Amino acid sequence: MKKMSIRKAYGQALADYGAENPDVAVVVADVSSSVQTGFFAEKFPERFFNVGITEQAMVDVAAGLALGGMIPFANTFAVLFLRAAEQIRTCVAYANTNVKLVGSYSGLSNFKDGPTHHVECDIAVMRSMPNMTVVEVADAVEARKMVPAVAEHEGPVYLRVSRTEVPVLFDEGYEVKIGKAAVLRDGSDVALIASGVMVSRCLEAAEKLAKEGIDAYVVDMSTIKPLDAELVWKLAAETGALVTAEDHSIIGGLGGAVAEALGAKCPAVLERIGVRDTFTETSLNYEELLDHYGMSVKDIVEAAQRAVKRKDQ
Amino acid sequence: MTYHPERLVRELDEIAQELRLDALGMIYRRKAGHPGGSLSASEIITALIFHQLKIDPKRPDWEERDRFILSKGHACSLLYAALARRGFFPREELQTWGHIGGRLQGHPDRLKTPGVDMTTGMEGHGIAVGAGLCLAARIKNLSYDVYVLVGDGECQCGVLWEGAMIASKYRLSELTVIVDHNHVQLDGPVHEILPLDSLVDKWKAFNFATIEINGNNMREVLDALDMAKEIRNKPTAIIAHTTKGRGVSFMENKAAWHGRPPNDEEFAQAVSELRRFPKQ
Repeated sequence: MKKMSIRKAYGQALADYGAENPDVAVVVADVSSSVQTGFFAEKFPERFFNVGITEQAMVDVAAGLALGGMIPFANTFAVLFLRAAEQIRTCVAYANTNVKLVGSYSGLSNFKDGPTHHVECDIAVMRSMPNMTVVEVADAVEARKMVPAVAEHEGPVYLRVSRTEVPVLFDEGYEVKIGKAAVLRDGSDVALIASGVMVSRCLEAAEKLAKEGIDAYVVDMSTIKPLDAELVWKLAAETGALVTAEDHSIIGGLGGAVAEALGAKCPAVLERIGVRDTFTETSLNYEELLDHYGMSVKDIVEAAQRAVKRKDQ
Repeated sequence: MTYHPERLVRELDEIAQELRLDALGMIYRRKAGHPGGSLSASEIITALIFHQLKIDPKRPDWEERDRFILSKGHACSLLYAALARRGFFPREELQTWGHIGGRLQGHPDRLKTPGVDMTTGMEGHGIAVGAGLCLAARIKNLSYDVYVLVGDGECQCGVLWEGAMIASKYRLSELTVIVDHNHVQLDGPVHEILPLDSLVDKWKAFNFATIEINGNNMREVLDALDMAKEIRNKPTAIIAHTTKGRGVSFMENKAAWHGRPPNDEEFAQAVSELRRFPKQ
């Protein structure tokens, strides 16, 4: 399957959408070439602001732009938004300013720079803030389609973008809707619910499971908050066994959100794939790093098998 | 620079003193609030709300209004008193400060209180938010000015200086920062907690035009705001030396009065002192 860069698709989409919507502005904290905001900068220099390594002030500047009627996209590495957590809480979430925070190089995708540059807790932090919507994109097509959806969604949004290239999963007919998950594969025995780069790994896992007679749903839960709980409950009722998969800690992210939804209404067996409450290591390769920290296709397959077995107990 | 007639200065001075009484009364009744940094800022807030700002109480969301960010949001009792007196909401509503369901939060909330342009209370944000507002005005071709009132303790925040660098990078002459330099913060004198000297040199080094004044002198405040408006090509910082707890003898220059309300006796004495206006 053809692989495409998620961050590049995001950057190009931002420039394309900027042409359609003159209210879009972009701020970035000295990582423009990394997070691919250069396409926008080239086309709309008067709406592009590189503010240097000032993540806290960048968030505040974005809040100010929003107060002035703009739709600012503030960009940096996902881990660096943690530095501005209070700014995000006070000036974006609580003040309910129409700011879009784009956390790039998400999860372990900046494998080579090591654990300082990995991030396992951004979703947990963002998700617990009132007013905040949290989305993550699974491929280049979804990244491209998510940009207008995020811009036109009134209120604060945290958009998580991976540094990596992944197989293209969606065709051009796919319609992104914030708050609505996409079912990529139908099943009956177990449901694999994933976000970001783990979606394509779950599709691979589902193929392997099929060979063993386990029929797995695969869901791209691109909106982590508000969670598509209706779908989670439906899948729980139908299969009784769920597996979540994310490039994030198993605490507080997608797995946490699904567990909360299940506990609230429709308990079911749940296995969570993700970083298991540990810091990580530097690696020469992203795929190997994911495998090493328990997020391999094999890990997903085994989690699904366990889940299926547990529901019969 | 416009000459400010004596009558205007006197009128504004009287309002500033009335606002001190209002604010202290609010703090006394609520048994919570920040008297020291509210009393020090009265001339500055009065000059802005009652003279300098292009605002309209009937249209708090007017797109072309000047913006005022009370970055030192803990001085909100004085801001609320000023906004009420200026007609943004009824003065009786000041009695509801801090009540559940009310529009006046413990610190300013832009979504609840008419006339509050930005939610504040966590120190350090005002300048960068103000810079964003100035950048938006440029893109949208609007001509409003942005005023940000910060505390001197607040000048210890890193994000404040990040914002200052951004404002000077983009030469935001529409931005005026006023430092309520009352020399005392929550835990004690600023020079003991974390020295700022030289504060004026710091702003100069960050490429701001600087004006140093007595911030409790209404004429100096008005003149400085006029001068700031005329400065081109760079933002301005007005370093306004003030007295924390200004106007109440036992509160003046005392860190203990940063965030505690007066009791019955203290309030009675404070009121009688503040009513002895005009000052000596």
